[in-house]
Amino acid sequence: MSEVEALKSGLVADIESADSLDAVEALRVGALGKQGVVTALLKTLGGMSPDERLEKGPPIQSLREAVTDAIATRKAALETAALDARLASERVDMTLPAAEAPQGSIHPVSQVMDELAEIFADLGFTVATGPEIEDDWHNFTALNIPETHPARAMHDTFYFPDKDAEGRSMLLRTHTSPVQIREMLKHKPPIRLVAPGRVYRSDSDATHTPMFHQIEGLVIDRDIHLGHLKWTLETFLKAFFERDDVTIRLRPSFFPFTEPSMEFDASYSLVNGQRVMGGTDGWMELGGSGMVHPNVIRNCGLDPAEWQGFAFGIGVDRLAMLKYGMNDLRAFFDGDLRWLKHYGFSALDVPTLSGGVGA
Amino acid sequence: MKFTLNWLREHLDTSASLDDILSALTDVGLEVEGVESPAEKLTGFRVAKILTAAPHPQADKLQVLTVDQGDGTPPLQVVCGAPNARAGLIGVFGVEGAVVPSNGMVLRKAAIRGVESNGMMCSTRELELGEDHDGIIELPADAPVGTAFADYAGLDDPIIDVSVTPNKQDCMGVRGIARDLAAKGLGTLKPLAIPAIAENGAGPDVRTDDADGCPAFFARSVEGVANGASPEWMQVRLKAIGQKPISALVDITNYITFDLGRPLHVYDRATLNGPLVARRAVPGEQVLALNGKTYTLPEGATVIADADGAHDIGGIMGGERSGAQAGTTSVLIECAYFTPESIARAGQALGLTSDARQRFERGVDPAFLADGLDIATDYVLRLCGGTASAMTRAGEPPVAAKSIAYDPALSARLGGIDLAPADQQGILERLGFIVGADWTVTVPSWRRDVDGPADLVEEVIRIHGIDNVASVPLPRVPGVARPTATPEQLVERRVRRAAAARGFNEAVNWSFLSEKEAAAVGGGDWTLANPISEDLKVMRPSLLPGLLSAAARNAARGATAIRLFEVGRRYFRNEDGTSRERLTLGFVLAGDKSPRNWQQGKAAPFSAFDAKAEVLALLAAAGAPVQNLQMMGDAGASYHPGQSGTLRLGPKTVLAAYGVLHPTLARTFDLSGPVVAGELYLDAVPLKRKSGFMRPAYAPPALQAVTRDFAFLVPETVEADALVRAIRGADKGSIVTARLFDMFAGQGVPEGQKSLAVEVTLQPGEKSFAEEELKAISDKVVTAAEKLGGVLRG
Repeated sequence: MSEVEALKSGLVADIESADSLDAVEALRVGALGKQGVVTALLKTLGGMSPDERLEKGPPIQSLREAVTDAIATRKAALETAALDARLASERVDMTLPAAEAPQGSIHPVSQVMDELAEIFADLGFTVATGPEIEDDWHNFTALNIPETHPARAMHDTFYFPDKDAEGRSMLLRTHTSPVQIREMLKHKPPIRLVAPGRVYRSDSDATHTPMFHQIEGLVIDRDIHLGHLKWTLETFLKAFFERDDVTIRLRPSFFPFTEPSMEFDASYSLVNGQRVMGGTDGWMELGGSGMVHPNVIRNCGLDPAEWQGFAFGIGVDRLAMLKYGMNDLRAFFDGDLRWLKHYGFSALDVPTLSGGVGA
Repeated sequence: MKFTLNWLREHLDTSASLDDILSALTDVGLEVEGVESPAEKLTGFRVAKILTAAPHPQADKLQVLTVDQGDGTPPLQVVCGAPNARAGLIGVFGVEGAVVPSNGMVLRKAAIRGVESNGMMCSTRELELGEDHDGIIELPADAPVGTAFADYAGLDDPIIDVSVTPNKQDCMGVRGIARDLAAKGLGTLKPLAIPAIAENGAGPDVRTDDADGCPAFFARSVEGVANGASPEWMQVRLKAIGQKPISALVDITNYITFDLGRPLHVYDRATLNGPLVARRAVPGEQVLALNGKTYTLPEGATVIADADGAHDIGGIMGGERSGAQAGTTSVLIECAYFTPESIARAGQALGLTSDARQRFERGVDPAFLADGLDIATDYVLRLCGGTASAMTRAGEPPVAAKSIAYDPALSARLGGIDLAPADQQGILERLGFIVGADWTVTVPSWRRDVDGPADLVEEVIRIHGIDNVASVPLPRVPGVARPTATPEQLVERRVRRAAAARGFNEAVNWSFLSEKEAAAVGGGDWTLANPISEDLKVMRPSLLPGLLSAAARNAARGATAIRLFEVGRRYFRNEDGTSRERLTLGFVLAGDKSPRNWQQGKAAPFSAFDAKAEVLALLAAAGAPVQNLQMMGDAGASYHPGQSGTLRLGPKTVLAAYGVLHPTLARTFDLSGPVVAGELYLDAVPLKRKSGFMRPAYAPPALQAVTRDFAFLVPETVEADALVRAIRGADKGSIVTARLFDMFAGQGVPEGQKSLAVEVTLQPGEKSFAEEELKAISDKVVTAAEKLGGVLRG
């Protein structure tokens, strides 16, 4: 073995056995530093004749490369080991709990109102609103309920002692129907609207609360008839419950502001003893409807010979209960966080036609 | 309105089954509320005969009977305590396994004082057929032993309860219901026989002085009556529908009320003094009514009075003084027409309902006074004997017939059912309408609710079957549905979902508060005259009380972190007395902001700045120009005066108020610990009107922004926001943001001062800032701070 070969194997062995980055650095300086042994050998190349350099050069270059590589390799190995050791020391118990973000929720009534707005928008209905503190003309008289009509007694009305400037008695609206009047007075037909909101009746028991939510539907045009009403109810309920087997039954009834008047039932099926909308096991009463009474159309300054249409009303809380399975209306208005978190909806559950109107 | 199947068959000749009748009732608009079969309750009770009766060996008051139940089986031994139990008595026996209706007890073989007993002999009370419990039922000797008792007693007659809507006055009598069913095709309406009365002598002296309230007052007297019990069949029917039989004379009027929808009243003539007059009540006039209560009559009410005063609240309730009694021998039968509107007004004012009011208020048949009186007289003569007088007819009932010009095409145009004119004519005629050749339709006298063509469409389609209406799609505008939500609705949706996304739970609270709660937030403009309870009385002027009550309920249930919000209206009054309802988002934060945890240790409470952060975030979601809002005080008495604020657009438009709740208010709602809250007045947020989708052009600055920090000593009273605004405004061309990042007072800071540190971001334009430019900007910043008394810290 030549002298250069011996030096190479000695230096490489020293580097490979170095146990710290400092030791590697010392070896590098000893070999490749200004005063290093390899550097010294490289310097000798300059004084050689070409033939001599041709013979002795390659072993010296090879020595330099081997030493350089060995240093790099050893350095990398030592650095990796050091990083591994540091990471090992940084280990934490990842089963520890992370901070919890508070979980907010949308009330089922709001969610259902958004769902209804979405469905009816597709059918061309706008969303209208009106005051909850109404006068008796809008709530009763204009809706063809004169003061002495027995139907007024059907509404357990909350009254205020106050009267407005026109001497009308002020009250809490007993239904969303006064919005019909306000909208017909404001806009010329054709009209297609829904009017959701709070309504009030002086009634409180297991299934009635003094405040609840209704949605009113109104369509006024030239040729709208009962068949359109039935289709609209069917179509909206199918979309709302996302079931094609929801069917509608109309039953003659009486509301002073519609003629003919009918209540509507929807079909349900029994699943594990619970009523689920759609199917053929029975009928459930859902709301009231009818063709807008000619007197109501007249009271809004329109000619009933020219304009006709339908109206319907349905309980929003009840729709929510039927769709999402709550069974106690009173809980809707209690603000119990446990209930709100259980029955409420995520902020991101925005009803859309493409994503569905149920969550 | 209740009736029995057999009662219906008195008027309707039909072979239809009960089920068919029930579904037809609902189909024509008489919704069936319930069907009760008394026979079912009496399963296992049969007519039986006591063969022998012997004393019980162990008990004085008991007897041991042998009972033949008539089915050929050997007689059964029965222990019985009834004093009237004796050999030969035919009574009602409950067999083993039968359920006693009055107490639900299942009869079993048992030993009573050591003697075996099989089944039970029953009293009327045990079978819920009466109050008698003095002994067991005694049936006539010819009662067929072995027959089911329900069959024997005629109790196998289903009781049907239908809901009659206020427009269907004709169906407030069984006959009207029969007419609807006949029109529907369930049989034929039997003719109503009007009896011929043998009249003796002049009619009684009655008149009406109130042509508005009581346009017609017909009457007849009957002398020499004997007022005993009404016949069994009448009692059974009245009991079946929940009416208590009283005496023949009273029962007759009740029966006709329910049978024909024709209320009547019978007076004992011995109690009357002079002519009987329908007149308006005089102010303050009182009547002692049949229910034992004294009523002060409202203005305009009609009374039936004699020379001694008012007897009867006309059309609503008879008087206590003049009603038929057991000893009554001479009667006056009143058959009057009362105007619906005046009955409704008087009834509402009195708060008094009665079967008579329900019918007069809806409108009884004005053409059925004389016939109704004849029918009533005939019953009296047959059941109580006596001699009838002539009929006195005072006044005129409003019998003018209404005619409607009808176009049969309307059934399709309005009702969506294209029904042949002949079929429509058939339906209308079966209901009693007269259809002229030119389709002029005359309304029968008993249908006061039918006014116009739309009403006739209803009659046609409800009888034809409203469920035959076929669905027809609403015409649809071609293309994709257009957006419909208004800017206000979009704001409401966005803030609601933003609040939920930020961790709030949405509540829906009552719109009304107690007076105390309303007073705690300054009082409300609207107080109900007839609240359902004192807790729900004043329309809320603030969403806070409802939220605070909900928070307190949750805290009481153990909730430790409460984040509630509500989107709803606050109620105020306009000058003209109408309502001003302001859409508001309210929120409350109570309990722990973060629970104790392994990273930070103790639980952290909410602070005023949490409320501020929420208000700003939610206002941003609502589209309010958050950067331009002024932060001011005056959040109101609900809040801690030193830890609250308002955000305004200009000095007057308040968009939000927020802060730490005033401890007094928190205490009112039983809330402990720091509670923070806020309200956003959504109706004050300026709405964004859409003007296309295009955004302004934008190119990111070529050069990077630089930041410089400044710290100033300022007087304690200088508000941080004032300093930051001053700095931001010092060089609007270069300074893009100024952000306060430190505040310090105490050691090293002179008394009465504080140190505020602000990070200023500068955006170079075409070329980088030169040193002297930066120096110039710094000088402007320092000068701006100095105007507020600030001194740059070295």
